[in-house]
Amino acid sequence: MFAQQPPAMSAGPAGAASSHAIQHRVSPYEDNGGTSVAIAGEDYAIIAADTRQSEGYLINSRYAPKAFQLSDSSVVSCCGFYGDATALVTYLKQQMEFYQFNHDKPMPTPALAQLLSITLYRKRFFPYYVHNILAGLDAEGKGCIYNYDPVGSFERYKYQASGSGVALIQPFLDNMVGFKNTSLQDNPPFLPLNKALQLVKDAFTSATERDIYTGDQVEIFIITRDGVRKETYDLKKD
Amino acid sequence: MDYFPLNWGKPRATGDEHNWLATPGMAGAHARHADMSPTCYAPAGPTSHTSSPIVTGTSVVALKYKDGIMMATDCLASYGSLARFRDVERMVPVGNSTVVGASGDISDFQYIQHQLKDLEIDEYETPDGHHLGPENVFGYLHRVMYARRSKMDFLWNTLVVGGLQDGKKYLGCVDMRGVTYSASTIATGYGAYIAQPLLRKAVEGREDTLTEEEARKLLNKVMQVLFYRDARSLNKIQVTTVNASGVHISEPYSLPTEWGFAENIRGYGAAQN
Repeated sequence: MFAQQPPAMSAGPAGAASSHAIQHRVSPYEDNGGTSVAIAGEDYAIIAADTRQSEGYLINSRYAPKAFQLSDSSVVSCCGFYGDATALVTYLKQQMEFYQFNHDKPMPTPALAQLLSITLYRKRFFPYYVHNILAGLDAEGKGCIYNYDPVGSFERYKYQASGSGVALIQPFLDNMVGFKNTSLQDNPPFLPLNKALQLVKDAFTSATERDIYTGDQVEIFIITRDGVRKETYDLKKD
Repeated sequence: MDYFPLNWGKPRATGDEHNWLATPGMAGAHARHADMSPTCYAPAGPTSHTSSPIVTGTSVVALKYKDGIMMATDCLASYGSLARFRDVERMVPVGNSTVVGASGDISDFQYIQHQLKDLEIDEYETPDGHHLGPENVFGYLHRVMYARRSKMDFLWNTLVVGGLQDGKKYLGCVDMRGVTYSASTIATGYGAYIAQPLLRKAVEGREDTLTEEEARKLLNKVMQVLFYRDARSLNKIQVTTVNASGVHISEPYSLPTEWGFAENIRGYGAAQN
């Protein structure tokens, strides 16, 4: 049939019901936008996410947090489809409670990292449409960041961005945290907490300028051996 | 003769003229119904899920004010472009401190109402001293909506839950995919485009000082604007107030509208030069 015809017309007088007809099924997914950034340091981990929830050109809410504190040492951020994000976090929290009862100690971050991976892969054929970053402290007390894809592939990093602003922020982090393409790239110096914090804030203000899905507020979680601290900063609302 | 109005003027495959019911898997037949036709013409076959809503309600708007929350809906249930049922109540009380408003498919909302009734009965039967508040009802509805979407059998609604939880104002919204959010102003459907900017401007920052009178005036204005601009709305509305004295859903009332300006516009008024 003629390619220019709209799909509804393609089962026309030409005879055979062609396979050009499109059946519209509703998608179970939505992209609710948002960006997340995490940096792991010598004795700290920072993880931050903005709080805007979008649906196409609409802003559903200016405060719908995307980073969730799961324990005194672990924080996870979930960017993508908010329905799956909340369901996933509820599940992780439940599993962490079981861990505490079974092992008589809180679930450490590396164990949670593995749990998150298998949880995501279990829905390999109807995925959780979320890009997760898990931040915490490893067994030696050093900061650790794990980055995930929607079906559970994960790897430990020193710094990572995810979500709608990932393309705007990741290169910035490569240069400013990884010291890539600078004279220091082979021996990157130690990054103190206050410098890392300032970089995270700058990453968000910059992403907010150009990414329509990022803005309103950013919540920054700082994880150290003393626990988890949260700081909130306003971002541009446009 | 082809009695199916939606086929008039559309070319059909020869031999297909008397095909009332398409059989499953006939791509051509589905193409014919790829638009908004009611699914009573859906192919006979095994269990089918709501794949498009039939009788629908339009926007729900809600806001927080000084003493609690207020929510408004119109009384229309549309059948596509037909304004079919004009006395429908799209808000229901749950317990004595929560109201649930719905836009979207009305039959799915009636099912939800049934589930909420069961929830109230369970709550009554369990004398544990706890009472269902808006956050509890919202949490329940969230899980119901998400579970149905995960079975690809959607409840085609956007629900707004509002009320007072331990004296604190609460307003939440959950859509057919289980996406949730909470804010001090909520508007679904066309309301999200037309009403939300008006609500945000008037309410944001003033949730604890906005009086009931101001809130009511704002809601009436917003519903009036929606009637002017949303082609699937009605000017007969209800407004619900939830405050310390309970849930009060008003009787339906009509909003005044002004169309006289049309007289002065060429092409809209009476025949002019």
